[in-house]
Amino acid sequence: MKPGSQGKPTFWWLLALPFLALLFPGLYARSDPGLFGFPFFYWYQFVWLFATSALTALVYLRSR
Amino acid sequence: MKIDAVALTVFVAFFGLVTVLGFYAARWRRGDLTQLDEWGLAGRRFGVAVSWFLIGGDLYTAYTLIAVPAAVYGTGAAGFFAVPYTILAYPIMFAVMPRLWNVSKHHNFVTPADFVRGRYGSNGLALAIALTGILATMPYIALQLVGMQVVIGAMGITGSGLAGDLPLIIAFVILAAYTYTSGLRAPAMIAFVKDIMIYAAVLVAICAIPAKLGGFAHVFAAAKVHFASVVPPAGSVILGPKAYWSYATLAIGSAMALFIYPHAVTGILSANRVDVVKRNAVLLPAYSFLLGLVALLGYAAIAAGVHVTAPSQVMPAFFRLLFPSWFVGFAFAAIAIGALVPAAVMSIAAANLWTRNVYKTYLKPSATGAQEAQNAKFSSLVVKLGALAFIIGVPTQYAINLQLLGGIWILQTFPAIVVGLFGRWFHHRALLWGWGAGMLAGTALSFSQGVKPTFAFTLGSATFAPYIGLDALLVNLAVTCLLTIAFDRAGIARQIDITSADEYLAAPAVVVATSTLG
Repeated sequence: MKPGSQGKPTFWWLLALPFLALLFPGLYARSDPGLFGFPFFYWYQFVWLFATSALTALVYLRSR
Repeated sequence: MKIDAVALTVFVAFFGLVTVLGFYAARWRRGDLTQLDEWGLAGRRFGVAVSWFLIGGDLYTAYTLIAVPAAVYGTGAAGFFAVPYTILAYPIMFAVMPRLWNVSKHHNFVTPADFVRGRYGSNGLALAIALTGILATMPYIALQLVGMQVVIGAMGITGSGLAGDLPLIIAFVILAAYTYTSGLRAPAMIAFVKDIMIYAAVLVAICAIPAKLGGFAHVFAAAKVHFASVVPPAGSVILGPKAYWSYATLAIGSAMALFIYPHAVTGILSANRVDVVKRNAVLLPAYSFLLGLVALLGYAAIAAGVHVTAPSQVMPAFFRLLFPSWFVGFAFAAIAIGALVPAAVMSIAAANLWTRNVYKTYLKPSATGAQEAQNAKFSSLVVKLGALAFIIGVPTQYAINLQLLGGIWILQTFPAIVVGLFGRWFHHRALLWGWGAGMLAGTALSFSQGVKPTFAFTLGSATFAPYIGLDALLVNLAVTCLLTIAFDRAGIARQIDITSADEYLAAPAVVVATSTLG
């Protein structure tokens, strides 16, 4: 049985998004646009840090 | 270098405080410390907050807090892979670790090797998993000592021979003593102090950057100028195309390895219910945010004009340059205390592995719970003394190399542990051969590069330099798949699986006094 497949529709596929977003550095290895003095390369990854936590929270709440 | 008396006083005061806490911890949420899962897993009774502090304190080690900014200082963006690594580790934790927690609760598993033994019925495979864990953990403990050594040295306490090592020896003997008496409760309690101090030190440092160094834009610009002028080229502020492969594969490979390290499993299994594990997969990335900020301090050090002989001295030198003595003492104490938590949990994890999967399985199968716990306490001392002797006796670079190899080795337990949590497709003997092939391939590839984490392949005109741990894992999986087919066809019997599918999905029902079944 797959995780979370106990009847309720779940959103496990959301957890794949951070991997797609972060495992292809060609997508984000650039300086512009900057944000608060941070090059894109850095703030993009920080944004995904929070997004990943939020997506995990969503999957958690939906699979309870 | 002159001894900084103010910094030293603050440092010693905080160190004294955690020592008291470490011994006091034996009385906290009191349990029968003569039993292994009380000593080695704190009775599996930690809630969300305690687990958050403990696992965070355990995974984001003092060595990490020194090595990551040092890597960014030395190589720029390439060193920042620690951030995607510690982001991606959490969806993996969320998908995998609740299953391990559930099944371990059903069968009283204390170590990952206990699980493998229950799942595949193979003592040999469990032994391989246990030894890999111990082997990978020992140099990691040694590196925590390096973290401590760096800050002690930075306060001006230096000396030759035994006198120079004395502060480190004292610190470690104290650590060994309270880990012995309090077990996992000691690092859990100390983790509160450690993590709050680290957060405070890092946030203050980050907030000081705009005022002292002219803001982040200036810091990044200074780093860019610096890397443009370094000969030979050492790195860049924006990741270059040649580094894409290594950046991505190091991130995913390290993320896959993180939660199968024995000390991570120990942290997970000490949770009191499966929800604690799930919620922490959501909450623990707060530490990754902290790590990202710490990484950027590597650029701040460049902008501040810090010059050091060894990269590991970057952070201490940066703090000494920018902050008053009392705050330097506070930050250094945070790092030293930050070394104590993982060192304690790692030594407990290694001791649990030794006790459950070597001593109990091979040396004394009749051992009682009390004898198990006694053996674990004693072996935790041996593990720590071994690490201490290692750091004092051999060059630090050996410990760094071994820890790097340790990550490659741990990844070779992924098929048995993680794939095993989802199904039992693999034959236990095939897993053992696959493990052996992966260990051999990973070690050989790494040594062929002078103990480096990546190996460059050229395919046509393109060059790829993926993480060796993943290369070895592919070898491992290929051997495991092929031999599983071969062994099953040859009719080599599989062993008994003591676990059942539903035990991975939910904790055991609470036993109630009166049966409702009538």
